[in-house]
Amino acid sequence: MKSSKTLIVAAAVAASALVLSACSSGSSDSSSTPAPNSVSLRMTTWTANQDQLKLFNQIADDFKKTHPEIKSITFDSLPPADYSTTLTTQLAGGDAPDLAWVFDTDATDYVNSGTLAPLTSTLKATAGYDYSDLSSSATKLWTAKGQLYAYPFSTSPFIVFANDSLLSQAGLPTSAQMKANGTWTWPDIMQAASQVNAKTGKGGVVVNNFNYQDWTTLVGIWNSFGAAPWSSNGKTCTFDSPEMESAFSLINKAIRDKAMPGPGTTVDFFSGGAAFEVAQISSAGLLAKAGFKWDVNPLPAAKDGAAANVIGQAGLGVIAKGKNAEEASKFLAFFTNPDNAKKLAAYFPPPRTSLQTADTLAATNPVLSADQLNNVVIKSLSDAVTRPGHVNQAQIAKKVQTALTPMWKPNADVSGILKNVCSSVKPLLEG
Amino acid sequence: MSTALPHREVRPARGSSRAGRPRRRPLSIRQRDQLTGYLFIAPQLFGIAAFVILPLCLVIWFSLQNWNVLSGTSTFAGADNYRKLLADPQIAQVALATAIFSVGLVLLNIPMALVLAVLLNRKGRGIAFFRTAFFTPVVISTVAWSIVWQFLLQDNGGVNGLLSLVGITGPNWLQTGPTAMLAVIVVQVFKNVGLNMVLFLAGLQGVPRELQEAARVDGAGGWRVFRSIVLPLISPTILLTVIITIVGSLQVFAQIAVLTAGGPGLSTTVLVYYLYQQAFQFHDFGYGSTLAIVLFVVVLILTIIQWQLRRKWVFYEN
Repeated sequence: MKSSKTLIVAAAVAASALVLSACSSGSSDSSSTPAPNSVSLRMTTWTANQDQLKLFNQIADDFKKTHPEIKSITFDSLPPADYSTTLTTQLAGGDAPDLAWVFDTDATDYVNSGTLAPLTSTLKATAGYDYSDLSSSATKLWTAKGQLYAYPFSTSPFIVFANDSLLSQAGLPTSAQMKANGTWTWPDIMQAASQVNAKTGKGGVVVNNFNYQDWTTLVGIWNSFGAAPWSSNGKTCTFDSPEMESAFSLINKAIRDKAMPGPGTTVDFFSGGAAFEVAQISSAGLLAKAGFKWDVNPLPAAKDGAAANVIGQAGLGVIAKGKNAEEASKFLAFFTNPDNAKKLAAYFPPPRTSLQTADTLAATNPVLSADQLNNVVIKSLSDAVTRPGHVNQAQIAKKVQTALTPMWKPNADVSGILKNVCSSVKPLLEG
Repeated sequence: MSTALPHREVRPARGSSRAGRPRRRPLSIRQRDQLTGYLFIAPQLFGIAAFVILPLCLVIWFSLQNWNVLSGTSTFAGADNYRKLLADPQIAQVALATAIFSVGLVLLNIPMALVLAVLLNRKGRGIAFFRTAFFTPVVISTVAWSIVWQFLLQDNGGVNGLLSLVGITGPNWLQTGPTAMLAVIVVQVFKNVGLNMVLFLAGLQGVPRELQEAARVDGAGGWRVFRSIVLPLISPTILLTVIITIVGSLQVFAQIAVLTAGGPGLSTTVLVYYLYQQAFQFHDFGYGSTLAIVLFVVVLILTIIQWQLRRKWVFYEN
């Protein structure tokens, strides 16, 4: 019996030793002055586009020529749907990347939690960076206490795509005619959408990625009513404001009138299934082989005629607790310098004002005419708001999603539901 | 019947009698057998230590931490996460959704699997085809299965299209609370009923034919034979399948994530999905770990209860 106990103890010790050795094998020493060929950087992205990754690798190779300490720079493509969750898991598991793309809805959370390293001093100290060229409206979301925490490498306006063939088929004016007639407003668009559905059976207005879950994408509608989900300091819920009530009354009426496809109904605008789609301009590429006549239009203006622009963004930041944060910051400065920003502009609408021209944007959106780029895309970049973001955005988003559930039925009690939204998120906002 | 093993003298290891070295005591047969046994189970032991016991200990430790993943800060919170659990206004709804899912799944899955097994426990043309057809969903990826059903259950999807052929306007299955839960349960039943069916088939084929024939000779009808002969003889299999099904139902995740994302509202937010939300979407790993502990304890208690109850309703257990 004694020997069997000894064997059990020995086996347990051996198993524990194996576990401990496996756990400790990832650790390594860090030094303040990296030796040549000693630093490996990893950037997480949600793109798997081979052309884009090829460009990233070219920029990385150029950086390595002047930075002998860099051994390798890899770009880790993660699925967009699971991107935030996967990144969080990597952070929790001690396998954080050195640099990461960040969605605009996560920006406030990431910027204020200390996840990202401040970049301003590194960028300003980089020769030829021209920091002042970065548009202030583009960097606003990613700035806290005077420090920029991520470079908004993609700044893309939300616009309204219109299927003019479908509008004509329903005997309605095209989107250009609606603008000329002064009827380019959300109530008029919804009315046209309802008529399209009644006369053709096709969908009316599709809000991209909404799916009756991601309510933040409705910003393109409520912003035209002058509404916002919470006050500018993020402390007070304004879902129950008269402006927001007007916006959601219109949305609820649109569901009743079938101006918007109802919950659980899939309609694809880009294959000709709907009259209008609210989406970012980057979706225009899907219309390259469209078999119908289409146009792009700005989001309807506010009541006072002022533009009600909305931009979607993606930021690139350095993980503060990464092992190589300093080298990662230097690489970010190189990756986004004026020369490389121009190369990146072939795929991502840039935040640099010097690059926000029709010529540059034409490379990103080859299907759009110079007129569309100048009069719709570039104008939609000015004075724009972003999708709502907050500290604890994920919890707030889920609470609002749950509280808004009854809104998606016809003839809902809009006012009561919005008051309930505010009461459910109040503790989190005041948090 | 036991046979004594013949005594064998163990030879000393080669070279053990070299001059200048103490003679090592040779292992007895019993010790060698034990060593062999432990070496055989060592990989499994290592696996359990590394992937079950260690994570379990870590989860208990994490549940006592206030861990913000984004900022990377972790402070000892004591029982704070457990107090938060008791005060969580959503936990009652989550527990109810979990209970409805588990009960619904067991009530549909077990009888359906048993009926299928009885129907397919015979020889004849096409039986192998039907057995394969019902088992095939078990080996299909859960996510792929759920995505296909998501399309079928849309308001303008295949299920409502079929119903409209017979003049029925189907509900918007995944968008209203009761039908969403029903849809998730049925999708899960169709996915896994084949596994229980195979287990029941194995049990049914172990029932001696002569017992059934003897009962028939005594005048018992088909139902009487099934109720009084077959059912008691396969009761160990029924116990096993009920335990597997209940434990599996408490761990359901992928179907919920794909089909409803826990909605509408919280109507299909079961415990594992709620745990995922807290840990991976809200970045609160401490509270997520607390929920994981709750899940572990619930599964453990239910399994112990069922195991104890076997004395009452399991017959002919080996």
